[in-house]
Amino acid sequence: MMRQQLLELLENDAKRPIAELAVMLGKSQQEVADQIKALEEEKIIIKYHTIINWEKTGVDTVTAMIEVKITPQREVGFDALAERIYRFPEVRSVYLMSGAYDLLVMLEGPSLKEIAEFVSTKLATIEGVISTTTHFMLKTYKEAGVIIEDHEEDRRLVVTP
Amino acid sequence: MSWADRISPTVRAIPPSGIRRFFDIVAEMKGVVSLGVGEPDFITPWHIRESCVYGLEKGYTSYTSNYGLLELRQEIVRVTERDYQVSYDPRCEALITVGVSEALDLALRAVLSPGDEALVPEPCYVSYKACVTLAGGIPIPVPTRMENQFRVTVDQLEALVTPRTKVLLIGYPNNPTGAIMPKEELLRIAEFAAKHDLIVISDEIYANLTYDAEHTCFASLPGMRDRTILLNGFSKAYAMTGWRIGYALSNPDFISAMTKIHQYTMLCAPITAQVAAVEALRHGEEKMRKMIAEYDCRRRFMLDGLRNMGLTCFEPKGAFYIFPSIKETGLTSLAFAEELLKSEKVALVPGDAFGSSGEGYVRCSYATSMANLAKALERIERFVKKRL
Repeated sequence: MMRQQLLELLENDAKRPIAELAVMLGKSQQEVADQIKALEEEKIIIKYHTIINWEKTGVDTVTAMIEVKITPQREVGFDALAERIYRFPEVRSVYLMSGAYDLLVMLEGPSLKEIAEFVSTKLATIEGVISTTTHFMLKTYKEAGVIIEDHEEDRRLVVTP
Repeated sequence: MSWADRISPTVRAIPPSGIRRFFDIVAEMKGVVSLGVGEPDFITPWHIRESCVYGLEKGYTSYTSNYGLLELRQEIVRVTERDYQVSYDPRCEALITVGVSEALDLALRAVLSPGDEALVPEPCYVSYKACVTLAGGIPIPVPTRMENQFRVTVDQLEALVTPRTKVLLIGYPNNPTGAIMPKEELLRIAEFAAKHDLIVISDEIYANLTYDAEHTCFASLPGMRDRTILLNGFSKAYAMTGWRIGYALSNPDFISAMTKIHQYTMLCAPITAQVAAVEALRHGEEKMRKMIAEYDCRRRFMLDGLRNMGLTCFEPKGAFYIFPSIKETGLTSLAFAEELLKSEKVALVPGDAFGSSGEGYVRCSYATSMANLAKALERIERFVKKRL
């Protein structure tokens, strides 16, 4: 139970100090620290991430979702080909999908041109890749459960019964 | 004769809510961190809001039955039976009201005759005593104490019960103290109610917000179902304060008497909000559990913070309030609240707004973000350190 709650708290805000987490969960600091360490070692907590609205920084990046159809290989199925793709640092996420295509690949690059180039020279040419369809992302509304520009605010009165 | 002189003496005699008076001071200030809010900081979960929008698109804009949508009454009865093993007939033992506030008013007006007395444990929600008075009754405050975890005891009640006592009005989990009543103690209260043949009005609006303990529904106690008017609603657990939906469950005679008043004064609760309430009961459980878990974290955080700065603080087990004693500072509740607001810009509510037994305490609501709570604690600590 504590594990679950701790994970939910950290997922929401990874920067919470251990002292604060301990108070919130009604546990000792040592217990919380041990639990976090265990979760990290078991790779349940994989990494602490920051969600950044890059658009606001003036840094221009382009993100694309690429539907990839591949031929599964004997013994390793889709995994070996997936690995060849996810090893590229330009690739942000890779998912195996059911339905019309096999892999959904999320790519990030400095420009449209460079992404197109990566797809045509690196991705499409891998043996076993049958076809690719590239979709460019135009706007991010919500990322990892967080609404990027949330207009809902606290409209409550300052003191109520 | 001025217009003011022509106002009914009953209304004139009722003091305005202590919270209101304080609100007027706060409203002028900027940069205030507020622990004074008696409603969730969560906005109503999206699926509930979306169901209301859909309802509007579908043309749900008419009156409903005086009792409220049957669908909603059925859901309420189902959930009440599931959670507390007490059953009601949705056709004649359930009434949907405009918030618990209306349900409380109806219940009191339905059963009180002029001069009847109602026992009201204090500190309590600001409306209780005023509503008893408006219904023609006489509120008899029963002061509870921190040393007894703000629970009401049979001894206290026995000392104040008279042949004119008709109603016992309880509200646990309690606003403002955060106190709850364990089952064994409620059983003794039930025995007392039966012995004196009292009607029990039980406001259980914070029932779902109970921590490290289980809520006992008063109507579920042996022999209490028909004697109890059980009040509950959606405001707190489902973060639906502004929707104004509450309900009453009781025997058919009480419910039909209350419905008589309701049909002449209110007709029915808004259908848009009733549609949303159905969705809340059908699919709102998971979101509600998440909110409760979050309140629980904040509750521990506040208790720890207030105790660490040297204030005596009783551990609340329900609602989203914490009620520290500020007696050690030598200030009255009102002076503490006013000076804290002026010097540190933290708004909380003086305890005496909830009855004279609340003097010496302040109510802090933790229905606000952790960041705000941390900021508020820091400021309160600076304020308190100078006075301890």
